[in-house]
Amino acid sequence: MFKKLTTAFATLALAWSLQAGEPSSAADRFIIVQSTTSTQNSGLFDVLLPKFTEETGIEVRVIAVGTGQAIKNATNGDGDVLFVHAKPSEEKFVADGWGVKRFDVMYNDFVIVGPKADPAGIKGSSDADAALKKIAEAKAPFASRGDDSGTHKKELSLWKAAGVDVKAASGDWYRETGSGMGATLNAAAGMGAYALTDRATWISFKNKGDLAIVTEGDDQLFNQYGVILVNPEKHAAVKAEEGQLFIDWLIGPEGQKAIADYRIEGQQLFFPNAHKETN
Amino acid sequence: MQDFGAAFGLAFHLLAGMDAELVEIVGLSLRVTFAAVFVSCAIGLPLGALLAVSRFPGRQVLVVLFNTLMGLPPVVVGLLVYMMLSNAGPLGVLRLLYTPSAMIIAQAILVTPIIIALSRQVIEDLNNEYSEQFRSLVVPFPRAIAALLWDARFTLVTVALAGFGRAVAEVGAVIIVGGNINHVTRVMTTAIALETSKGDLALALALGLVLLIIALGVNIAAQLLKSTARRRAYA
Amino acid sequence: MLEASALRAANHRVEEAPAPLPAAERNPLVVRGLVFETPRQRIIDGVDLELPDNRLTVLMGPNGAGKSVLLRLLHGLLTPSAGTILWNGKPPDGRTRRSQAMVFQAPVLLRRSVLSNLRFALGLRGLGCSRREMLSLLGMLGLEPLADRPARLLSGGEQQRLCLARALALRPEVLLLDEPCANLDPASVLMIEEALMKARAAGTKIILVTHDLFQARRVAERIVFLHRGRIAEISPAESFFDTAGSPEARSYMEGRILV
Ligand SMILES: Nc1ncnc2c1ncn2[C@@H]1O[C@H](COP(=O)(O)OP(=O)(O)O)[C@@H](O)[C@H]1O
Ligand SMILES: [Mg+2]
Repeated sequence: MFKKLTTAFATLALAWSLQAGEPSSAADRFIIVQSTTSTQNSGLFDVLLPKFTEETGIEVRVIAVGTGQAIKNATNGDGDVLFVHAKPSEEKFVADGWGVKRFDVMYNDFVIVGPKADPAGIKGSSDADAALKKIAEAKAPFASRGDDSGTHKKELSLWKAAGVDVKAASGDWYRETGSGMGATLNAAAGMGAYALTDRATWISFKNKGDLAIVTEGDDQLFNQYGVILVNPEKHAAVKAEEGQLFIDWLIGPEGQKAIADYRIEGQQLFFPNAHKETN
Repeated sequence: MQDFGAAFGLAFHLLAGMDAELVEIVGLSLRVTFAAVFVSCAIGLPLGALLAVSRFPGRQVLVVLFNTLMGLPPVVVGLLVYMMLSNAGPLGVLRLLYTPSAMIIAQAILVTPIIIALSRQVIEDLNNEYSEQFRSLVVPFPRAIAALLWDARFTLVTVALAGFGRAVAEVGAVIIVGGNINHVTRVMTTAIALETSKGDLALALALGLVLLIIALGVNIAAQLLKSTARRRAYA
Repeated sequence: MLEASALRAANHRVEEAPAPLPAAERNPLVVRGLVFETPRQRIIDGVDLELPDNRLTVLMGPNGAGKSVLLRLLHGLLTPSAGTILWNGKPPDGRTRRSQAMVFQAPVLLRRSVLSNLRFALGLRGLGCSRREMLSLLGMLGLEPLADRPARLLSGGEQQRLCLARALALRPEVLLLDEPCANLDPASVLMIEEALMKARAAGTKIILVTHDLFQARRVAERIVFLHRGRIAEISPAESFFDTAGSPEARSYMEGRILV
């Protein structure tokens, strides 16, 4: 009796487990979007995607990684749509033939956050160049993503414009976490360091600790998001039709409105700016 | 750190409320891990027994190899599986990337060496006891392997639990090959990673506690089963 | 006292039902110049032995004489360093082992029930055996009430009896027994001896290692006395106990009696 019960239970558990191979939300039509942690962590997708799915019946599965990895994955054909924020890399992706066409979707901006004590004395500044120079002069700790993400690329270009050689300071006051935005902010909060982050991640980030925005509003800190259909000619498995539907919806009036409506604590995180087609 | 207190409260709240999303994530975690451990046992137990019983040149090398592979870095396994299953990879046509199947494969690769190495040790000890009697009885090789596996079954449950522990707590591999897709491939560990990256440390910690409690539950269940079966049946 | 009465009982029975020796002697054993040595030690040191008939042979000798090693060599579990062993003219291998059964000094039982242990061994020989037949075999050794118990939870003596039951179930032509009655109570010894006599009567060739002189007297038809890896004496049982020829055997028996 006991043996039979055990056997029956084990068999059931096994059958249940082995069915895990089949995804539980068995939507026949779905696309995979290679995207970045900032869009995922801000919670934007949680309101955006259900609307699209409701209208079209197409499920959207988001892989949220750094922009560098997202582009690499898309190049391997492991996604139908690329939705990231590193314009030069995106343009190269299209120019190399991996993507069909790039569309602007929305923007927000980057901000520099730092400890309230502000050892570099840059609070209230709206000049990114000057702020970074002061951080370097004060040798105040700075936490960098160091992961080839869109934010990291942006940060490096800012240092370059400020004329600071961060490579020399690596391991000293310049600390590369080699991880995502959230982990880097956690590290910055932990060691009282400055950091560059996109505003959406910042607003929705819960472990701010002693950190606050110290520099914002510089034109250089503009953060543009773009969306690209992965080229079906390179990868036959790409669901071009569904992918294009998603892009059209995103840059169409409904998607743009949904983006504009998304707020956390009354603050708008992203500003739609489609139709200014580039490339 | 007020996060600690908050985490315990939250963990209790999550468990008590049977939050639908949590149930889904926990369910997938268990299913993926059970399936991976099952596959690993199906492959690893016979191989471990074979390695324990047979004598051939290079056997010692294999033993050391599998002992070493127990320490396989999950991220490396994740990367390898990704490269295999990627559309640009050799097995891309299977369309398994970013599915629970891919996670099962990655975990099975992590767990199989553990099952092989530990079961090899268990079976070898038992075989030291049985081998002369088996030679006297002239037990055919496959029969001997089967008998050893069957007679060691209670110890092998512990071996499987070691594999379960490794798999259920693993994040580096499953987040790469599963993609942490909400409602599709999000499991306990990737959810914890996500909440950590959102800076919601209390929620992350609470999920960690839930994971621990589930692992505890599985271990208690296995232990009860083991001791009851042993008491009822055989020593 | 118990042993003495058991002795009388056993002797009585043997006299009553003298085992009919098969006309064609089966399984003659011939050993020539047998040596088994490890880098440290010569354990079997030139043994010559002929056991042409099916008389019950008792192998005696002090601890460490090499009795267990000799049995293993005969059974083909160890490979001789030199010399030959021939069963029916053939050296021991898997095939000869299939026609033999050995009961080891330390019982080795599967982690299963008593019956399953029997079933496992029978299954290896393709010998079908009903539950009732197995139970009657167990009954002969007083194990019937324990049939469904885990074999490994039996007492030492019960385990030894089960090992013998398993060996007998295979209906071997040759039965090699390494101190099967060590640590047994007198009643169990009696049961084992009865089972042995029955097998012996059915024509099984038995080689039994024992330190028990009374037992040797009761069951032995031939005594082989081993001392430091050499055979000191081979005698018919009657003459061995009356006038053991070798000084080794004499001092062994005196030591035993004096203790
Ligand atoms: N596998 C082995 N390797 C090395 N030495 C052994 C081995 N088996 C037995 N011996 C040694 O051989 C001698 C005889 O052992 P054994 O045959 O067990 O004695 P006994 O006559 O008491 O049964 C002992 O000195 C023992 O230590
Ligand atoms: Mg011995």
